[in-house]
Amino acid sequence: MKKLINTVEDVVKESLEGMAAAHADLIAVHYDPDFVVRADAPIAGKVGIISGGGSGHEPMHGGFVGKGMLDAACPGAIFTSPVPDQMLEATKAVNGGAGVLHIVKNYTGDVMNFELAAELAQAEGIEVAAVIVNDDVAVKDSTWTAGRRGVGTTVLMEKIVGAAAEGGANLAECTRIATKVNDHGRSMGMALTSCIVPANGKPTFDLGENEMEIGVGIHGEPGRTRMELKSAREIVEIMAEAILTDLPFASGDNVLAFVNGMGGTPLIELYIVYNELAKICAAKGITIARHLIGDYITSLEMAGASITLLKLDDELTRLWDAPVHTPALRWGA
Amino acid sequence: MLITAGHIIRFLERVAYTMHTQREELTQLDANIGDADHGTNLDRGFAAVVSKLPTVADKDVGTILKTTGMTLISTVGGASGPLYGTAFIRAAGVLAGVETVNPEQLVAALEAALEGVQTRGKAQRGEKTMIDAIAPGVDVLKAAQGTDEPFLAVAERALAAVEAGMQATIPMLATKGRASYLGERSIGFQDPGATSSFYIAQALFAMLQEAVAQAEVVS
Ligand SMILES: Nc1ncnc2c1ncn2[C@@H]1O[C@H](COP(=O)(O)OP(=O)(O)O)[C@@H](O)[C@H]1O
Ligand SMILES: [Mg+2]
Repeated sequence: MKKLINTVEDVVKESLEGMAAAHADLIAVHYDPDFVVRADAPIAGKVGIISGGGSGHEPMHGGFVGKGMLDAACPGAIFTSPVPDQMLEATKAVNGGAGVLHIVKNYTGDVMNFELAAELAQAEGIEVAAVIVNDDVAVKDSTWTAGRRGVGTTVLMEKIVGAAAEGGANLAECTRIATKVNDHGRSMGMALTSCIVPANGKPTFDLGENEMEIGVGIHGEPGRTRMELKSAREIVEIMAEAILTDLPFASGDNVLAFVNGMGGTPLIELYIVYNELAKICAAKGITIARHLIGDYITSLEMAGASITLLKLDDELTRLWDAPVHTPALRWGA
Repeated sequence: MLITAGHIIRFLERVAYTMHTQREELTQLDANIGDADHGTNLDRGFAAVVSKLPTVADKDVGTILKTTGMTLISTVGGASGPLYGTAFIRAAGVLAGVETVNPEQLVAALEAALEGVQTRGKAQRGEKTMIDAIAPGVDVLKAAQGTDEPFLAVAERALAAVEAGMQATIPMLATKGRASYLGERSIGFQDPGATSSFYIAQALFAMLQEAVAQAEVVS
């Protein structure tokens, strides 16, 4: 294993210390239990927006803490959901009296740990609501399974709901808007390589020179199917087809197109993916009204990409355009 | 035969030792069908439990198990943290204030632990989770209640049932937990959580052997 680290045990903590050192104007980092919190929290009368999950997906979630997005983020060990103590303390730290919304990606561990934290916070008199993100079309949905994973739509939800909360929306409104984002968003990912979890020292899976994984999540895990490597055009066709038919998106729709790098794919390739996606959308009469391209929800150094399409209406577009100022996302502020 | 707080403490130390030595194996099983952290998670959690034990060593069995469950919830994360944590807390509920545990109480505690995992994780048997290892063991213990078969012999059969349950997860299609995202590709791999549950059952059996041997020396 070749990594730019000091010791395996200190990866998460030292990275948090680095964030704190770099962005003291925007965030503060609390340790034991670990969470990243807005420097000006709690904000009286504003709904607190919290997310969290395993580390290794940077800049998600800590990089999205700041004005117009998250009030706090709870980083677990690498690829391991955080523990309830973190969400409980973060919830208390951001509670400005208007309640707190938990944005939870649909993984059994994340859901259970957030549930425990919400129960504890409610027992302390804080109003807590939770929204589950489950946008990954690679996973077959069914009421008797764990259901779909939460992936790319999470980033868009954090931005949009963060803007709503900043604008004074109450907890019920924030919950409604978050649910709408989840209902309108669909994603799919693919990988050219696995990644190395520092504690393991070797890749989670091996992929041959001419192979790729389609339908991967964000934890370095294998996907739904292994295939022979294809051109970017063919890969994007497969992914776009799965996404477009799922919602389904229709001619006349306005969408936000999010092309996300998994950590080890250069921007030059992400633009090739975007180009193919734009052609497919144009051919279907779908307008890409907004876009986001870059590494925002990663799997350590995995090479690969994911595509998320979010169907926009006026409300979601306005909230997307609203000012945001966080370590990883900034415009209008 | 009676199980004392001292036996429970040695049981927990044994579990921590096994999670440490089997850490890589458990993580590799999780790499096959999950996200390669199960061994790391449980090693971290049970090491934290062991470091807490001196603060409760003179307490009743219920308190020791409750502290264990709360420590697991606070340190493991993932799916297995809340699940094992809930299991220990439910068992602690049955054994609250109890200084020495008899076989009936132990079976009731294990039954409550299983119910706790089922309530928290909403999985049934056959979904390729730790439940597929734990439930067959609890079945054996319950079925033998009221018979005159020596408890250690019953426990040995229960351990064999847990092991068989663990192996039975190999051909299963996962419908709960992270492995469910793999769909058909989850078939052919042993479930990591069922494997760690087998190790806990092994440590429980070792504790019973120790308690029985000591009872024989005394009588
Ligand atoms: N809903 C559930 N009910 C019971 N056990 C579960 C459930 N979901 C997952 N598990 C168990 O948890 C194990 C995985 O634990 P771990 O790797 O620590 O957590 P994570 O899956 O969050 O990474 C699985 O092997 C399985 O036995
Ligand atoms: Mg795991």
